[in-house]
Amino acid sequence: MQLRVRALETVLTEKGYVDPAALDAIIEAYETKVGPHIGARVVAKAWSDPSFKRALLDDATKAVLALGLVNRVGDHLIAVENTPKLHNMIVCTLCSCYPWEVLGLPPVWYKSAPYRSRAVNDPRGVLADFGVTLPADSAIRVWDSTAETRFIVLPMRPKGTEGWSEEKLTSLVTRDSMIGTGLAKQPGEVA
Amino acid sequence: MDGVHDMGGMHGFGKVSPEKNEPVFHQDWERRLYALYRAMSYAGVWCIDQARFAREQLPPEVYLASSYYRKWELGMEKQLAELGLAGTDELTAGRALRPGKSLKRKLTAAEVANTVTRGSFARPAQKPARFKPGDRVRTKNIHPKTHTRLPRYARDKVGVVEALRGCHVFPDTVAIGKGEDPQWLYTVLFDGRELWGDSAEPSLKVSIEAFEPYLEPA
Repeated sequence: MQLRVRALETVLTEKGYVDPAALDAIIEAYETKVGPHIGARVVAKAWSDPSFKRALLDDATKAVLALGLVNRVGDHLIAVENTPKLHNMIVCTLCSCYPWEVLGLPPVWYKSAPYRSRAVNDPRGVLADFGVTLPADSAIRVWDSTAETRFIVLPMRPKGTEGWSEEKLTSLVTRDSMIGTGLAKQPGEVA
Repeated sequence: MDGVHDMGGMHGFGKVSPEKNEPVFHQDWERRLYALYRAMSYAGVWCIDQARFAREQLPPEVYLASSYYRKWELGMEKQLAELGLAGTDELTAGRALRPGKSLKRKLTAAEVANTVTRGSFARPAQKPARFKPGDRVRTKNIHPKTHTRLPRYARDKVGVVEALRGCHVFPDTVAIGKGEDPQWLYTVLFDGRELWGDSAEPSLKVSIEAFEPYLEPA
Protein backbone atom coordinates (compact mmCIF):
# COMPACT_ATOMS: atom_id res chain seq x y z
CA MET A 1 0.00 0.00 0.00
CA GLN A 2 2.86 2.35 0.77
CA LEU A 3 3.99 2.19 -2.90
CA ARG A 4 0.47 2.49 -4.31
CA VAL A 5 -0.35 5.55 -2.23
CA ARG A 6 3.01 7.12 -3.08
CA ALA A 7 2.18 6.60 -6.77
CA LEU A 8 -1.26 8.12 -6.21
CA GLU A 9 0.25 11.18 -4.54
CA THR A 10 2.86 11.59 -7.29
CA VAL A 11 0.28 11.34 -10.07
CA LEU A 12 -2.19 13.73 -8.43
CA THR A 13 0.61 16.20 -7.66
CA GLU A 14 2.07 16.06 -11.19
CA LYS A 15 -1.38 16.65 -12.63
CA GLY A 16 -1.64 19.79 -10.52
CA TYR A 17 -4.60 18.59 -8.41
CA VAL A 18 -2.92 18.61 -5.00
CA ASP A 19 -0.13 20.44 -3.22
CA PRO A 20 2.04 18.21 -0.99
CA ALA A 21 2.45 21.07 1.50
CA ALA A 22 -1.34 21.14 1.94
CA LEU A 23 -1.29 17.39 2.55
CA ASP A 24 1.32 17.87 5.28
CA ALA A 25 -0.87 20.54 6.87
CA ILE A 26 -3.94 18.28 6.83
CA ILE A 27 -2.03 15.46 8.52
CA GLU A 28 -0.64 17.83 11.12
CA ALA A 29 -4.11 19.18 11.88
CA TYR A 30 -5.61 15.73 12.41
CA GLU A 31 -2.66 14.44 14.43
CA THR A 32 -2.17 17.44 16.66
CA LYS A 33 -5.11 19.86 16.62
CA VAL A 34 -8.38 17.99 16.20
CA GLY A 35 -9.15 15.30 18.72
CA PRO A 36 -11.17 14.16 21.73
CA HIS A 37 -9.48 16.79 23.92
CA ILE A 38 -11.90 19.26 22.30
CA GLY A 39 -14.94 17.17 23.22
CA ALA A 40 -13.58 16.73 26.73
CA ARG A 41 -13.49 20.48 27.21
CA VAL A 42 -17.06 20.77 25.95
CA VAL A 43 -18.20 18.13 28.45
CA ALA A 44 -16.27 19.62 31.36
CA LYS A 45 -17.78 23.01 30.58
CA ALA A 46 -21.28 21.50 30.50
CA TRP A 47 -20.64 19.84 33.87
CA SER A 48 -19.51 23.15 35.36
CA ASP A 49 -21.85 25.66 33.79
CA PRO A 50 -25.60 24.92 33.78
CA SER A 51 -26.40 27.62 31.24
CA PHE A 52 -23.79 26.25 28.84
CA LYS A 53 -25.20 22.77 29.36
CA ARG A 54 -28.67 23.99 28.42
CA ALA A 55 -27.28 25.74 25.35
CA LEU A 56 -25.35 22.61 24.38
CA LEU A 57 -28.38 20.32 24.63
CA ASP A 58 -30.48 22.90 22.81
CA ASP A 59 -28.10 23.47 19.88
CA ALA A 60 -24.65 21.88 20.13
CA THR A 61 -23.50 23.41 16.83
CA LYS A 62 -24.00 26.92 18.18
CA ALA A 63 -22.80 26.18 21.71
CA VAL A 64 -19.55 24.54 20.60
CA LEU A 65 -18.82 27.32 18.11
CA ALA A 66 -19.36 29.90 20.85
CA LEU A 67 -16.67 28.21 22.97
CA GLY A 68 -14.14 29.15 20.31
CA LEU A 69 -12.32 25.79 20.36
CA VAL A 70 -13.04 25.13 16.71
CA ASN A 71 -13.57 27.54 13.84
CA ARG A 72 -16.40 25.64 12.22
CA VAL A 73 -18.88 22.93 13.15
CA GLY A 74 -20.68 20.84 10.53
CA ASP A 75 -24.46 20.83 10.38
CA HIS A 76 -25.68 19.67 12.76
CA LEU A 77 -23.94 18.62 15.94
CA ILE A 78 -26.31 17.19 18.55
CA ALA A 79 -25.41 16.52 22.18
CA VAL A 80 -27.32 13.79 24.02
CA GLU A 81 -27.29 13.49 27.78
CA ASN A 82 -26.74 10.35 29.82
CA THR A 83 -28.72 10.05 33.05
CA PRO A 84 -29.00 7.33 35.70
CA LYS A 85 -32.01 6.01 33.75
CA LEU A 86 -30.80 6.44 30.17
CA HIS A 87 -27.56 5.55 28.43
CA ASN A 88 -26.88 6.84 24.91
CA MET A 89 -24.61 5.17 22.37
CA ILE A 90 -23.54 6.47 18.94
CA VAL A 91 -22.88 4.33 15.87
CA CYS A 92 -22.80 4.56 12.10
CA THR A 93 -23.97 1.20 10.76
CA LEU A 94 -23.51 2.23 7.11
CA CYS A 95 -19.99 3.67 7.16
CA SER A 96 -18.08 5.69 9.76
CA CYS A 97 -19.96 8.94 10.48
CA TYR A 98 -18.48 10.53 13.57
CA PRO A 99 -18.35 14.05 15.06
CA TRP A 100 -14.78 14.83 13.87
CA GLU A 101 -14.90 18.45 14.93
CA VAL A 102 -15.12 17.50 18.59
CA LEU A 103 -13.60 13.97 18.69
CA GLY A 104 -11.11 13.87 15.79
CA LEU A 105 -10.96 10.84 13.50
CA PRO A 106 -12.77 7.70 14.66
CA PRO A 107 -10.84 4.77 16.15
CA VAL A 108 -10.55 1.53 14.17
CA TRP A 109 -13.11 -0.32 16.30
CA TYR A 110 -15.76 2.33 15.59
CA LYS A 111 -15.40 1.64 11.85
CA SER A 112 -15.23 -2.14 12.29
CA ALA A 113 -17.87 -4.72 11.37
CA PRO A 114 -18.34 -6.01 14.95
CA TYR A 115 -19.28 -2.56 16.26
CA ARG A 116 -21.35 -1.48 13.26
CA SER A 117 -23.33 -4.73 13.25
CA ARG A 118 -23.94 -5.14 16.98
CA ALA A 119 -24.39 -1.66 18.42
CA VAL A 120 -28.00 -1.45 17.20
CA ASN A 121 -29.19 -4.83 18.49
CA ASP A 122 -26.80 -5.85 21.23
CA PRO A 123 -25.58 -2.66 22.88
CA ARG A 124 -25.17 -4.30 26.28
CA GLY A 125 -22.99 -6.97 24.67
CA VAL A 126 -20.91 -4.24 23.02
CA LEU A 127 -20.55 -2.45 26.36
CA ALA A 128 -19.36 -5.74 27.88
CA ASP A 129 -16.60 -5.84 25.24
CA PHE A 130 -15.49 -2.51 26.69
CA GLY A 131 -15.72 -3.80 30.23
CA VAL A 132 -18.76 -1.66 31.00
CA THR A 133 -21.87 -2.93 32.80
CA LEU A 134 -24.87 -0.65 33.14
CA PRO A 135 -27.42 -0.94 35.92
CA ALA A 136 -30.26 -3.25 34.82
CA ASP A 137 -32.77 -0.40 35.13
CA SER A 138 -30.90 1.88 32.75
CA ALA A 139 -32.57 2.09 29.36
CA ILE A 140 -30.39 2.18 26.25
CA ARG A 141 -30.79 4.52 23.33
CA VAL A 142 -28.70 3.98 20.20
CA TRP A 143 -28.29 6.75 17.63
CA ASP A 144 -27.49 5.50 14.14
CA SER A 145 -25.73 8.36 12.32
CA THR A 146 -27.28 7.80 8.91
CA ALA A 147 -27.08 11.44 7.75
CA GLU A 148 -24.86 14.48 8.26
CA THR A 149 -26.25 15.09 11.73
CA ARG A 150 -23.60 13.99 14.23
CA PHE A 151 -23.86 13.12 17.88
CA ILE A 152 -21.77 13.50 21.00
CA VAL A 153 -22.74 11.92 24.31
CA LEU A 154 -22.68 14.08 27.41
CA PRO A 155 -21.63 11.49 30.01
CA MET A 156 -22.71 11.66 33.63
CA ARG A 157 -20.46 13.66 35.92
CA PRO A 158 -18.85 11.28 38.41
CA LYS A 159 -19.71 11.65 42.09
CA GLY A 160 -17.03 13.07 44.32
CA THR A 161 -15.99 15.79 41.89
CA GLU A 162 -17.79 18.67 43.57
CA GLY A 163 -15.70 21.81 43.46
CA TRP A 164 -13.34 20.49 40.76
CA SER A 165 -12.12 23.03 38.22
CA GLU A 166 -13.17 22.68 34.62
CA GLU A 167 -9.63 21.77 33.70
CA LYS A 168 -9.44 19.01 36.30
CA LEU A 169 -12.82 17.66 35.18
CA THR A 170 -11.47 17.40 31.63
CA SER A 171 -9.14 14.63 32.79
CA LEU A 172 -12.17 12.43 33.57
CA VAL A 173 -13.68 12.66 30.10
CA THR A 174 -12.60 9.82 27.82
CA ARG A 175 -13.24 9.58 24.10
CA ASP A 176 -15.32 6.43 24.64
CA SER A 177 -17.50 8.18 27.22
CA MET A 178 -18.46 10.67 24.50
CA ILE A 179 -19.37 7.85 22.07
CA GLY A 180 -21.29 5.95 24.74
CA THR A 181 -19.07 2.86 24.84
CA GLY A 182 -17.58 4.01 28.11
CA LEU A 183 -18.30 6.07 31.20
CA ALA A 184 -16.39 9.03 32.54
CA LYS A 185 -13.47 8.06 34.78
CA GLN A 186 -13.92 8.03 38.52
CA PRO A 187 -11.96 10.59 40.58
CA GLY A 188 -9.76 7.80 41.96
CA GLU A 189 -8.63 6.84 38.43
CA VAL A 190 -6.82 10.11 37.79
CA ALA A 191 -3.90 11.41 39.78
CA MET B 1 -27.82 -0.79 -2.40
CA ASP B 2 -28.30 -3.90 -0.27
CA GLY B 3 -24.57 -4.42 0.20
CA VAL B 4 -22.31 -5.76 2.93
CA HIS B 5 -21.62 -2.19 4.07
CA ASP B 6 -25.14 -2.12 5.54
CA MET B 7 -24.15 -4.02 8.66
CA GLY B 8 -26.71 -3.06 11.31
CA GLY B 9 -27.99 -6.19 13.06
CA MET B 10 -25.82 -8.72 11.22
CA HIS B 11 -24.43 -11.64 13.21
CA GLY B 12 -21.08 -13.37 13.18
CA PHE B 13 -18.57 -10.51 13.16
CA GLY B 14 -17.39 -11.26 16.69
CA LYS B 15 -16.35 -9.00 19.53
CA VAL B 16 -15.41 -5.36 19.36
CA SER B 17 -11.67 -5.01 19.96
CA PRO B 18 -10.68 -1.58 21.24
CA GLU B 19 -6.98 -0.78 20.98
CA LYS B 20 -5.32 0.92 23.94
CA ASN B 21 -3.70 4.28 23.17
CA GLU B 22 -4.59 3.99 19.52
CA PRO B 23 -2.67 6.37 17.22
CA VAL B 24 -4.63 8.59 14.80
CA PHE B 25 -3.03 6.69 11.90
CA HIS B 26 -1.30 3.31 12.02
CA GLN B 27 0.78 3.56 8.82
CA ASP B 28 2.37 6.44 7.01
CA TRP B 29 0.40 5.65 3.83
CA GLU B 30 -2.86 6.05 5.77
CA ARG B 31 -1.82 9.62 6.62
CA ARG B 32 -1.02 10.47 3.02
CA LEU B 33 -4.13 8.77 1.68
CA TYR B 34 -6.44 10.52 4.12
CA ALA B 35 -4.90 13.88 3.19
CA LEU B 36 -5.20 13.11 -0.52
CA TYR B 37 -8.86 12.30 -0.08
CA ARG B 38 -9.48 15.56 1.77
CA ALA B 39 -7.54 17.64 -0.75
CA MET B 40 -9.42 16.09 -3.69
CA SER B 41 -12.76 16.62 -1.93
CA TYR B 42 -11.82 20.27 -1.50
CA ALA B 43 -11.08 20.45 -5.22
CA GLY B 44 -14.74 19.58 -5.75
CA VAL B 45 -14.24 16.35 -7.69
CA TRP B 46 -16.61 14.28 -5.55
CA CYS B 47 -18.98 14.73 -2.65
CA ILE B 48 -19.18 12.58 0.45
CA ASP B 49 -22.04 10.41 -0.83
CA GLN B 50 -20.33 9.73 -4.14
CA ALA B 51 -17.25 8.61 -2.19
CA ARG B 52 -19.41 6.40 0.05
CA PHE B 53 -21.17 4.87 -2.95
CA ALA B 54 -17.81 4.10 -4.60
CA ARG B 55 -16.74 2.14 -1.50
CA GLU B 56 -20.12 0.38 -1.23
CA GLN B 57 -19.67 -0.91 -4.77
CA LEU B 58 -16.41 -2.70 -3.97
CA PRO B 59 -16.87 -6.48 -4.32
CA PRO B 60 -18.18 -7.80 -0.98
CA GLU B 61 -15.15 -10.01 -0.38
CA VAL B 62 -12.87 -7.00 -0.95
CA TYR B 63 -14.98 -4.73 1.26
CA LEU B 64 -14.96 -7.18 4.16
CA ALA B 65 -11.29 -8.13 3.90
CA SER B 66 -9.86 -4.63 3.41
CA SER B 67 -8.77 -2.25 6.14
CA TYR B 68 -10.69 1.00 6.41
CA TYR B 69 -8.19 3.15 4.52
CA ARG B 70 -7.57 0.41 1.96
CA LYS B 71 -11.28 0.71 1.12
CA TRP B 72 -10.85 4.46 0.79
CA GLU B 73 -7.89 3.96 -1.53
CA LEU B 74 -9.80 1.52 -3.74
CA GLY B 75 -12.82 3.82 -3.80
CA MET B 76 -10.62 6.77 -4.79
CA GLU B 77 -8.95 4.82 -7.60
CA LYS B 78 -12.37 3.87 -8.95
CA GLN B 79 -13.64 7.45 -8.83
CA LEU B 80 -10.48 8.98 -10.31
CA ALA B 81 -10.67 6.56 -13.23
CA GLU B 82 -14.41 7.10 -13.77
CA LEU B 83 -13.99 10.88 -13.71
CA GLY B 84 -11.04 10.69 -16.10
CA LEU B 85 -8.80 12.42 -13.55
CA ALA B 86 -6.15 9.69 -13.23
CA GLY B 87 -5.89 6.29 -14.88
CA THR B 88 -4.87 2.93 -13.49
CA ASP B 89 -2.02 2.96 -16.02
CA GLU B 90 -0.67 6.13 -14.42
CA LEU B 91 -0.88 4.68 -10.91
CA THR B 92 0.96 1.60 -12.14
CA ALA B 93 3.59 3.77 -13.85
CA GLY B 94 3.92 5.93 -10.74
CA ARG B 95 3.79 9.14 -12.77
CA ALA B 96 1.35 11.24 -14.76
CA LEU B 97 1.14 10.07 -18.40
CA ARG B 98 -1.35 12.75 -19.44
CA PRO B 99 -1.86 16.37 -18.38
CA GLY B 100 -4.33 17.02 -15.56
CA LYS B 101 -7.81 18.40 -16.05
CA SER B 102 -8.69 21.79 -14.67
CA LEU B 103 -10.41 21.52 -11.27
CA LYS B 104 -12.62 23.96 -9.38
CA ARG B 105 -9.93 24.89 -6.86
CA LYS B 106 -6.75 23.63 -5.25
CA LEU B 107 -6.16 23.30 -1.53
CA THR B 108 -3.23 25.29 -0.17
CA ALA B 109 -1.54 24.77 3.20
CA ALA B 110 -2.82 28.17 4.34
CA GLU B 111 -6.42 27.18 3.63
CA VAL B 112 -6.22 23.88 5.56
CA ALA B 113 -7.18 25.36 8.93
CA ASN B 114 -10.56 26.32 7.43
CA THR B 115 -11.23 22.92 5.90
CA VAL B 116 -10.61 20.44 8.69
CA THR B 117 -14.25 20.43 9.65
CA ARG B 118 -17.11 18.79 7.86
CA GLY B 119 -18.80 20.48 4.97
CA SER B 120 -22.22 22.02 5.05
CA PHE B 121 -25.14 19.90 3.86
CA ALA B 122 -28.06 22.07 4.97
CA ARG B 123 -30.02 23.65 2.14
CA PRO B 124 -33.04 25.95 1.84
CA ALA B 125 -36.33 24.07 2.00
CA GLN B 126 -38.15 23.39 -1.26
CA LYS B 127 -41.50 22.79 0.45
CA PRO B 128 -42.99 22.55 3.97
CA ALA B 129 -42.07 19.52 6.06
CA ARG B 130 -44.60 16.69 5.75
CA PHE B 131 -44.14 15.39 9.31
CA LYS B 132 -43.75 16.91 12.75
CA PRO B 133 -42.37 15.60 16.04
CA GLY B 134 -44.72 13.04 17.56
CA ASP B 135 -46.03 11.76 14.20
CA ARG B 136 -46.06 8.00 13.69
CA VAL B 137 -44.34 7.04 10.47
CA ARG B 138 -43.53 3.86 8.59
CA THR B 139 -40.25 3.59 6.73
CA LYS B 140 -40.66 2.50 3.15
CA ASN B 141 -39.76 -0.97 1.97
CA ILE B 142 -37.27 0.18 -0.65
CA HIS B 143 -34.33 -1.70 -2.15
CA PRO B 144 -32.59 0.65 -4.57
CA LYS B 145 -29.55 -0.78 -6.34
CA THR B 146 -27.94 2.63 -5.91
CA HIS B 147 -26.86 4.56 -2.80
CA THR B 148 -29.33 5.07 0.04
CA ARG B 149 -28.99 5.98 3.69
CA LEU B 150 -32.01 4.00 4.87
CA PRO B 151 -30.46 0.92 6.50
CA ARG B 152 -32.03 -2.49 5.80
CA TYR B 153 -32.83 -3.19 9.45
CA ALA B 154 -35.01 -0.06 9.60
CA ARG B 155 -37.11 -0.58 6.45
CA ASP B 156 -40.85 -1.19 6.66
CA LYS B 157 -40.81 -0.37 10.40
CA VAL B 158 -43.06 1.90 12.42
CA GLY B 159 -41.43 4.61 14.48
CA VAL B 160 -42.09 8.07 15.86
CA VAL B 161 -40.68 11.33 14.56
CA GLU B 162 -38.62 12.71 17.41
CA ALA B 163 -37.12 15.79 15.80
CA LEU B 164 -36.96 17.73 12.59
CA ARG B 165 -33.32 18.40 11.65
CA GLY B 166 -33.70 20.81 8.78
CA CYS B 167 -33.45 20.37 5.05
CA HIS B 168 -30.36 18.60 3.69
CA VAL B 169 -28.71 17.38 0.50
CA PHE B 170 -30.41 14.07 -0.43
CA PRO B 171 -27.75 11.33 -0.57
CA ASP B 172 -29.79 9.02 -2.81
CA THR B 173 -29.76 11.47 -5.73
CA VAL B 174 -26.48 13.32 -5.25
CA ALA B 175 -24.54 10.04 -5.11
CA ILE B 176 -25.58 9.16 -8.64
CA GLY B 177 -25.17 12.60 -10.18
CA LYS B 178 -28.87 13.48 -10.08
CA GLY B 179 -28.47 16.64 -8.07
CA GLU B 180 -28.82 17.69 -4.45
CA ASP B 181 -32.64 17.58 -4.41
CA PRO B 182 -32.74 18.83 -0.76
CA GLN B 183 -35.09 16.93 1.56
CA TRP B 184 -36.32 17.32 5.11
CA LEU B 185 -34.42 15.20 7.60
CA TYR B 186 -35.94 13.68 10.74
CA THR B 187 -34.74 11.71 13.72
CA VAL B 188 -37.09 8.71 13.81
CA LEU B 189 -37.17 6.58 16.94
CA PHE B 190 -38.01 2.88 16.97
CA ASP B 191 -38.73 0.52 19.78
CA GLY B 192 -36.20 -2.32 19.93
CA ARG B 193 -39.00 -4.88 19.53
CA GLU B 194 -40.22 -3.28 16.32
CA LEU B 195 -36.76 -3.82 14.83
CA TRP B 196 -35.66 -7.10 16.40
CA GLY B 197 -38.79 -8.82 17.67
CA ASP B 198 -39.03 -10.59 20.99
CA SER B 199 -35.28 -11.10 21.24
CA ALA B 200 -34.75 -7.35 21.64
CA GLU B 201 -33.34 -5.98 24.85
CA PRO B 202 -36.54 -4.72 26.56
CA SER B 203 -35.41 -1.14 27.17
CA LEU B 204 -33.73 -0.66 23.78
CA LYS B 205 -34.63 2.22 21.52
CA VAL B 206 -32.83 2.95 18.26
CA SER B 207 -33.07 6.03 16.09
CA ILE B 208 -32.04 6.71 12.53
CA GLU B 209 -31.76 9.98 10.66
CA ALA B 210 -34.37 9.57 7.95
CA PHE B 211 -34.90 11.73 4.88
CA GLU B 212 -38.53 12.53 4.10
CA PRO B 213 -38.73 10.34 0.95
CA TYR B 214 -37.98 7.31 3.17
CA LEU B 215 -41.14 7.87 5.22
CA GLU B 216 -44.89 7.54 4.94
CA PRO B 217 -47.59 8.17 7.55
CA ALA B 218 -48.37 5.19 9.79
